[in-house]
Amino acid sequence: MRNNIFIIILLIFSFNLNAKENSGLDIKIFKNLRCIVCQGQSIAESNSDFAQTIKIVVRDKIKQGNNEQEIYNFLAEKYGEWIVYKPKFSYLNSILWIFPYFILIFGGTLVYKYFKKKNY
Amino acid sequence: MVRCFFNSKWWLAKVIFEKMKISLSKIILLTSIIFIVVTFFLALNKDTKYNTKDLVGKEIGEFEIKFLLKDEIFTKNNLIGNEYYLINIWASWCFPCKIEHPLLMRLSNLNNIKLIGINYKDKKLNANNFLKKLGNPYDILLEDKSGTNSVIFSVFGVPESILINDKKMIIKKFIGPINEADYQFIKGKINEK
Amino acid sequence: MLSNTGNLLIAASTLSTLLIIHSTYRSLKSKDYSITKNLVYLNLFQITFIISSFFLLILSFVVSDFSLLSVYQNSHTSKPIFYKISGVWGNHEGSLLLWVNIMIIFSYLFFTLNRDTEKKFRLYTLLIQNILIAGFMVFLLLDSNPFAKIIPIPNEGLGLNPILQDPALAIHPPLLYVGFVGSSIYFSAAIGAILSNINGKNFASSVKFWVLISWLFQSLGIIVGSIWAYYELGWGGFWFWDPVENASLIPWFCMTALLHSVLVLEKRNYLYNWVLILSLITFISSVTGTFLVRSGILNSVHTFASDPSRGLYILIFLTLMIIFSLVIFLKKRFNDKFFVQPVSKETFILTNNWFMMFYLATVFIGTVYPIFTQVLYDVKISVGPPFYNAVIGPIIIPFLIIMALGPKISWIKHNFKSFKGIIIILILSSLINFLIFYFFKSYNLISNLIIISSLFLIISSFKDFFNTDVKKNYINIPNLIYHLGFGTLILFIILNHNFSEEFDFNIKVGETKKIENVEIKFLNLNLEKRENYDALVGNFDIFDNKRNFKKRLNPEIRVYDKPETLTFETAINTNLKHDLYLTMSNLEGSDFFNVKYQIKPFMLLIWFAAFLTASGGLLRLFLRR
Repeated sequence: MRNNIFIIILLIFSFNLNAKENSGLDIKIFKNLRCIVCQGQSIAESNSDFAQTIKIVVRDKIKQGNNEQEIYNFLAEKYGEWIVYKPKFSYLNSILWIFPYFILIFGGTLVYKYFKKKNY
Repeated sequence: MVRCFFNSKWWLAKVIFEKMKISLSKIILLTSIIFIVVTFFLALNKDTKYNTKDLVGKEIGEFEIKFLLKDEIFTKNNLIGNEYYLINIWASWCFPCKIEHPLLMRLSNLNNIKLIGINYKDKKLNANNFLKKLGNPYDILLEDKSGTNSVIFSVFGVPESILINDKKMIIKKFIGPINEADYQFIKGKINEK
Repeated sequence: MLSNTGNLLIAASTLSTLLIIHSTYRSLKSKDYSITKNLVYLNLFQITFIISSFFLLILSFVVSDFSLLSVYQNSHTSKPIFYKISGVWGNHEGSLLLWVNIMIIFSYLFFTLNRDTEKKFRLYTLLIQNILIAGFMVFLLLDSNPFAKIIPIPNEGLGLNPILQDPALAIHPPLLYVGFVGSSIYFSAAIGAILSNINGKNFASSVKFWVLISWLFQSLGIIVGSIWAYYELGWGGFWFWDPVENASLIPWFCMTALLHSVLVLEKRNYLYNWVLILSLITFISSVTGTFLVRSGILNSVHTFASDPSRGLYILIFLTLMIIFSLVIFLKKRFNDKFFVQPVSKETFILTNNWFMMFYLATVFIGTVYPIFTQVLYDVKISVGPPFYNAVIGPIIIPFLIIMALGPKISWIKHNFKSFKGIIIILILSSLINFLIFYFFKSYNLISNLIIISSLFLIISSFKDFFNTDVKKNYINIPNLIYHLGFGTLILFIILNHNFSEEFDFNIKVGETKKIENVEIKFLNLNLEKRENYDALVGNFDIFDNKRNFKKRLNPEIRVYDKPETLTFETAINTNLKHDLYLTMSNLEGSDFFNVKYQIKPFMLLIWFAAFLTASGGLLRLFLRR
């Protein structure tokens, strides 16, 4: 029984090693950028002029060898943090990232307390 | 007897602690709600438009842009110190650019400031005609056919202008056509020296 | 004339509301809590007037009576009749009238269909509900009157926005309103329960039906909205974690949690306080969502014409609602011990609620955090899909597994055979995942685990389905359908996410673009003049060498002149295996067109799974009879 579980876990972890290199990096970045002249669209979906320009800039930077985070940093420096859809892990955003897990743990303790009451 | 006494004291302390916990949670709850409501209230009057105050004080980035009329490249190093520059992004197909043009002509007559024009996503013929008709205020005339070079200047539309001081630092970014107030502001700044 | 009649009907309805409040108050003060004939008639008048006013508004739109400002702003004589009608609620004023209608309809039905419930409880519920109604009617009359006049009367209306003329978009608001506006009734019932001190079981029995109805319609509303986004907005996705979408999702989490807990309350009389809290926060989150959407403080693709003054009114109303319900709850219920009775398999329902609150917290903080940073620090940030995927993704895994185990848990302690069964299903799920991974395409660890756990849920549900003693447990079939549907939904969403392929490139007429094993040929452009627009139709041939097909796709650029708009129509080729999704847009001052081609697996199955999950609710409704 335990051996089966072990084998399953081993198989799962070995998959990750074979994960293919992401060839759609440009589109992945487009999806993570906000079109700042549009109302709530990403660069990937926007047909605006601004979006077309940014697409060229991102593709140029990929060709020049910049990685994903460098491109985000460059654009955030030019247009502000809000052009990137994934919020930074900064001091300012700490509450944003921590709050859900805080609720998860808090809720978990409440459920545990309730469950424990049953077993007295 | 002694045991009863200890039990009741312990029970009393527990009750007080529980009551305090309850009051504390009530206070926390009430405070959070007031905080959220007040924030929403303040947000109602906030302007959600993009502003550029973050750019002020930063040094202009590296760039390499081709001249409109010759095959040479203009870079950040070509910016001579001891002078103010106004980088103006314009295009012949842009209507507000026509409106701000007279102010640019007036600015070009001032000392201590040089005008750099970047022709944005335009055709050379149309750009030349535009300048021939309305006059050329630019000391340096560059072109950005694809618009990608202007990203260095945080451009997302036309017209936009950036005022740089003699230390190549951004003083102000103007989104939209320059108006009279902006003209006075620029004039004031360059005479501060 | 229509305007005056409409105004009269609304005024009459408001008057009825106020009289109802007065009458219920009197009844509550009296010793026997009598429900007078007057009260019954007042309710009848109230609902008659308000429904009539709504039908009158519909009539005004259908005949294009431009003396009404909202008809002028939102309609047009050449609009097809179906969209004339849907235009009624496609704007702020009309949607508010719909809002009030639903609150009154639910109030009336709850009052008249619960004849064998305690009178004190019914009266309190009616009182609170009508106070809420009065608040909205005042808002309607003072600021958002759909029957407001315009002088001089214009000849033609303004409202011909082609994007709004879509069947899915037309029914999406009414569905959602029955959902989250309908939750007002159990908000009022919760306060009514606290004030009347009614027994938990009775409370649960009286609200159960309403929770189910609001859950069902909220689910359908969200699904239809996503379908619209996929077919109409042209980006190939169906959920963007846009603030307006989130505003409809947060009440849905509350409703799902409540759907589970109210069953526990009814059967065992446990979790009374928690059920009350959930009932309160469902409607509170609905009004909060409305506030966020209509006040203009959020940047979104869906924003109505937003107005800060409206936002202010809703905010004040919301604050009063929250403080009022909080004070009443704390005063009367918080002193009862929270966790009193012992539990058996209800722990799993509690676990569901726990996870629902986690999802709620995540979506809530993600949606409002940008507001906080802007107000407090003057910093604008964006919180988008990467945040939600990163936070919620991993947690879905234990959630799916618990969903599969929950129904069986009370046996687990004693029945080892059942335990072995679970391990077998787990191994089977992992094996299937491995086959997918090996033969098709590899993906990251989280995706692996999500696929395994969703397969686990699906297989477990099927096994339970065939194991149940039909005679005894037919009432459990809706449960199985809900859970099976949900597992299937997650499975196809994660497969779609990992196996989608997208291409974005610029191309000229006559050119062919070759990317990986796909060849896209831009044959030509045709200009077609249609009824109320011109269509620039692109003819594309897609050759896929890996999947072995050749398909013709025709995306369009539509040019409307009343008003002058440009829309981009996606060409979608659908079959069970995948959708082929093609959009084309022109580039300013260039012969090139920007083309986005996507291969999206299992879209139809995603819609099927979503409807399957919702249909569990429909089935449950029928089985009640």
